[in-house]
Amino acid sequence: MADLIKVKINGKEYQVEKGITILEACRRVGIKVPTLCYLKDINAIGACRVCVCEVVGARSLVAACVYPIEKEGTEIYTNSKRVLDSRRTTVELLLSNHNNSCNSCVKSGKCELQQLSQELGCNEHHYDGLKQSFEEDVTPYLVRDNSKCVLCRRCVAACRSLQHVSVIGANERGFNTAIGSAYELSLNDVPCVACGQCITVCPTGALRERDNIDDVLAALNDKTKHVVIATAPAVRVAIGEEFGYPIGTNVEGKMVSALKMLGFDKVFDVNFTADVTIMEEGTELLGRVKNGGKLPMITSCSPGWINYIEQYYPELLDHLSTTKSPQGIYGALVKSYYAEKNGIDPKDIVCVSVMPCVAKKTEIRREHINAYKEGKDVDIVLTTRELARLIKRAGIDLPCLGEDKFDNLMGESSTAGFMFGVTGGVMEAALRTVKEAVDGKPLEKLDFTAVRGTKGIKQAKVELGGKPAKVLIAHGIENAHTVMEQLKAGKLNDVVFIEIMCCPGGCVTGGGQPIQPAEVLNNIDVKAVRAKAIYAADKKATLRKSHENSEVKKLYAEYLGEPNSHKAHDLLHTHYINRKK
Amino acid sequence: MIRSHILVCGGTGCTSNKSAEIVAALKKELAAQGLDQEVQVIMTGCFGLCANGPIMVVYPEGACYNHVQLSDVKEIVTEHILKGRIVNRLLHVEDEKTEQRVMSLSETDFMKKQVRIALKNCGVIDPENIDEYIGRDGYQALAKVLTEMTPEEVIDVVLKSGLRGRGGAGFPTGMKWKFARASQNPVKYVCCNADEGDPGAFMDRSVLEGDPHSVIEAMAIAAYAIGSSQGYVYIRAEYPIAVKRLQIAIDQAKKYGLLGKNIFGTGFNFNLEIRLGAGAFVCGEETALMTSIEGKRGEPHPRPPFPAVKGLFEKPTILNNVETYANITKIILNGADWFASMGTEKSKGTKVFALGGKINNTGLVEIPMGTTLREVIYEIGGGIPNGKKFKAAQTGGPSGGCIPVEHLDVPIDYDNLIAIGSMMGSGGLIVMDEDNCMVDIAKFFLEFTVDESCGKCTPCRIGNKRLLEYLDKITSGKATMQDLDDMEKLCYYIKDNSLCGLGQTAPNPVLSTLRYFRDEYEAHIKEHRCPAGVCKALLHFEIDASKCKGCTLCARNCPVNAISGNVREAHKIDTAKCVKCGLCMANCRFDAISKK
Amino acid sequence: MKSLQELNAIRERMQNQSKDRKVADAQSIRIVVGMATCGIAAGARPVMNAFVEEVAKRNLQNVVVSQTGCIGMCKLEPIVEVFVPGQEKVTYCYMTPEKAVKVVVDHIVNNKPVTEYIVK
Repeated sequence: MADLIKVKINGKEYQVEKGITILEACRRVGIKVPTLCYLKDINAIGACRVCVCEVVGARSLVAACVYPIEKEGTEIYTNSKRVLDSRRTTVELLLSNHNNSCNSCVKSGKCELQQLSQELGCNEHHYDGLKQSFEEDVTPYLVRDNSKCVLCRRCVAACRSLQHVSVIGANERGFNTAIGSAYELSLNDVPCVACGQCITVCPTGALRERDNIDDVLAALNDKTKHVVIATAPAVRVAIGEEFGYPIGTNVEGKMVSALKMLGFDKVFDVNFTADVTIMEEGTELLGRVKNGGKLPMITSCSPGWINYIEQYYPELLDHLSTTKSPQGIYGALVKSYYAEKNGIDPKDIVCVSVMPCVAKKTEIRREHINAYKEGKDVDIVLTTRELARLIKRAGIDLPCLGEDKFDNLMGESSTAGFMFGVTGGVMEAALRTVKEAVDGKPLEKLDFTAVRGTKGIKQAKVELGGKPAKVLIAHGIENAHTVMEQLKAGKLNDVVFIEIMCCPGGCVTGGGQPIQPAEVLNNIDVKAVRAKAIYAADKKATLRKSHENSEVKKLYAEYLGEPNSHKAHDLLHTHYINRKK
Repeated sequence: MIRSHILVCGGTGCTSNKSAEIVAALKKELAAQGLDQEVQVIMTGCFGLCANGPIMVVYPEGACYNHVQLSDVKEIVTEHILKGRIVNRLLHVEDEKTEQRVMSLSETDFMKKQVRIALKNCGVIDPENIDEYIGRDGYQALAKVLTEMTPEEVIDVVLKSGLRGRGGAGFPTGMKWKFARASQNPVKYVCCNADEGDPGAFMDRSVLEGDPHSVIEAMAIAAYAIGSSQGYVYIRAEYPIAVKRLQIAIDQAKKYGLLGKNIFGTGFNFNLEIRLGAGAFVCGEETALMTSIEGKRGEPHPRPPFPAVKGLFEKPTILNNVETYANITKIILNGADWFASMGTEKSKGTKVFALGGKINNTGLVEIPMGTTLREVIYEIGGGIPNGKKFKAAQTGGPSGGCIPVEHLDVPIDYDNLIAIGSMMGSGGLIVMDEDNCMVDIAKFFLEFTVDESCGKCTPCRIGNKRLLEYLDKITSGKATMQDLDDMEKLCYYIKDNSLCGLGQTAPNPVLSTLRYFRDEYEAHIKEHRCPAGVCKALLHFEIDASKCKGCTLCARNCPVNAISGNVREAHKIDTAKCVKCGLCMANCRFDAISKK
Repeated sequence: MKSLQELNAIRERMQNQSKDRKVADAQSIRIVVGMATCGIAAGARPVMNAFVEEVAKRNLQNVVVSQTGCIGMCKLEPIVEVFVPGQEKVTYCYMTPEKAVKVVVDHIVNNKPVTEYIVK
């Protein structure tokens, strides 16, 4: 128990732990202090000065997010006129150098700057002066618009602390300071992994996904095209947030209804292809163990992770499973299996996927990803956020809809496939199938709780065929980096299988998911809450193992033969390239 | 056998005026005349009277030669060294009117009132020879500390001396050391701030160029006091001579075992390294400096925690500036009481100032605290050139303020300067006369801070930019009184909200000029007039028809053909075309053109 | 360097070497050698050197050996003037290095001017 000291906040006495910040003390006693640059655990830099408070005796105002309360009897004012006027001026100054095109900004209504401006009673024209001018940095997955940047550095912190890649930082200085890559290079030309975590922490519209909604609308409007869509596991437990649902609400049924109303010819489920992934990857793992292949084997479903290992650890590419990601398998099967079964020429099919991820937009541009030789397997990738906007644009009121089901052929799924959306999920799904295959008998217990949870690097020991085996799970590139260093140093020789997801928390908190403001991020562990929805579904479900999915069985029986068959290899496996820059 | 020593200034100012070439020529000439065994030539640090550089002093006569040119070398050798005749024409002229010349530097008014503690060895020893430093009691203080004193006793002496930080803020040095000593950590660091950034200030450079060992020795003492064994000197790369001499000094001290392991056999270890800065002003701020040493972008971070608790590489750290360190060895050797006997009640010892601007003796002076500004400017500094009237003195650089004529007799110390709206700063002292526009001066300093802001916090990054835009508006005659009001409010906002000292003090030049010269601001706004005739947008040039002889010289010199008129008839200036370059006025032989 | 003694040894050596880097003050004894063309021609240089060496050898503090131009009595060169504070100036003529040593010993050290060398 830490020392308690008495403090006075806004004239009222409280007891707080010695050494905690003013912001934390205020939060605990229910006083709101607005913030902008502060992001719990990764960005406490006192830079924006929005959270300034008055400490009696201090020479100037102090930033609540970093000022530790050390002295008994500290007297603090969080809303005096001096404080409120200062905060207003700070935000007015930010607005004076901001591209105030709120009417057409993708972030309007969810913009933290906009909200602060309204709360503090700002006049955006109070300080009219020179504004910095910028060109947008446009990549296939992300757009950076520095004219809307407030230099809070949250993106820089995410890129550095969570993802370890540090491809963005502050350039220039003073009024000319701007976030960018070294030498002002485009993100296209630096070893960015395209995770999009920067977007999810940006308070304004300075960072956004590359928008492909119009491409989808054009396809839907083209009578000659057969448009197929599928949604990734994590999409359904997050998209509800864009329509007012609490964080972690599973709106699968309503989402499917909305997709059908939008006019897609088929609505499939990536949970199904996740089950197929387990069949392929699990079989591959067993093969490697049996035939002395490269171990530990590492998962390959997270495209941000693939971008990372290809650019930073190309010498370890052998460890990667050759199995395509669930999105890759979905695209390959639509243009082959589905097309053949329904007698549709694949060139008339537009294959759309909805992902919690912006790196998926890079995945469909990879060499060797397409099984379909005349074009792409997946044509368009939308993020969860884009799908929400598409639904809204079409005038569909999602909360009012009934619940519908995914279409047959690629619509059935086990909750093992669903668990791909969360860190540890691929591992748990794989263990359920692999262990049963090795042990040769049904599992007694399906829950592998050791692989669950938000801890950065998780280890578990399992028995496979009576022999102990070690598995490892890491999420967030910072942790992936640690694991890669251990692997390189030969410290992981006893591990058979490693699951790595690029984003902290896994896909539930991917770079394409609905954005929660700092106020939420600082108080709620969003990744844990969204994950809960997946585990809740798993708990209720009866179909909980990938290999028991009847549509999966049908796929192998009628089309692929068996997992890792020649045809399966042609369609569902890929390989990797050294992309060190 | 050496009978004469010739000291040539090797400071940056004199070096850029070819003092190194002069030394080479001198050695060559002495050899040619067969005198090289009798005369020793030494390149020293700065003598201080930079306005007269390159400076050469010949001992034993102590003759101080000014503005020495390469072409003077032969005469000096032949006349002075060979024949013993002083070269009068190169001596310092004390009084322009009487042409009275002064033989030795110490007899000049410039030197008479100075007390040299920090600058004790500058211009006296060869900074590249550790033996010369040792000959002037060098490393005696370190020896005393290591063999006779406990760390607590050292801190006590520094505390009692009353020494305060010479870098600007004036925090008691002993307190800093005491806090760092109290921090429990096996690893601690001692840092030296040699990132001198105030425009016009160069005392730290001079100390490092002229007496680098005094800083090294003091840092070792500080390390002993707080319990550290590693030090860093953070110095800007734009000081190549200082960097070179400091590196030579460190290498020599290491060779002598005065740095390194088991110094004087006492078991005390201290290692010292140089870290080069890229010359960002903000890196003079202590947290930014340490961030820069760590190899990151030089940006400050909020305090607390203070460096004494969590500083460089998150370890307890003390940071003092060069001039502060330069006082330490003398305090140890002469005692706290000796030091405390100089200065005012709360500001002890001396302070080095860099005199610049509209003053005759530009250069470096060290004066006891409590000396008045009037003494510094009129006695030591030799007054204002061309008989112009004093308007203000700017101290504290971009963080300081302007001191008007009514405060000329205030004794200079930390607290008095704060009370009159300025600050000590690192010791830049820029004198302004009636031809300086105070709004323009404020703009000059603010332009500097806007340029040098790191861009981390909003008030400094955008606030100062907007402040500068207000000043632009005023100097171009477009501002309203409402703008003046808003601008003043913005000043106080920036002071109250900025993250570090740079931002918190950036509006000071504006606020202090507003305090003492508000009428000038108002003249720009209400009358669209710049009283000093500086702000171009508010100026126009006029030809007095009664004085103009129609010589056409002005018209021929005008770069934009704005002047017209027939020969032998009065000319006229087309104000729409005029770019206000002032060439016409400078060229008129009949004083017919005026600036209004 | 591992000891204080070594440090002090360097200090002493250097103090001797650079003590001339001090302007003569009111308390200094000044030995001024006439070093104009006439003086040099008559042999003032070795005289000068002899003074410098003898003063250094005896480690005399507070003594400055300096030079000056023509005093105006060229036929008496080499001429040397000795200024002892509080006493009248003494002018020696026809100086030689040997005489110089004697002047240092008798006049400077023992405060007895060498009368036989003095200008009559």
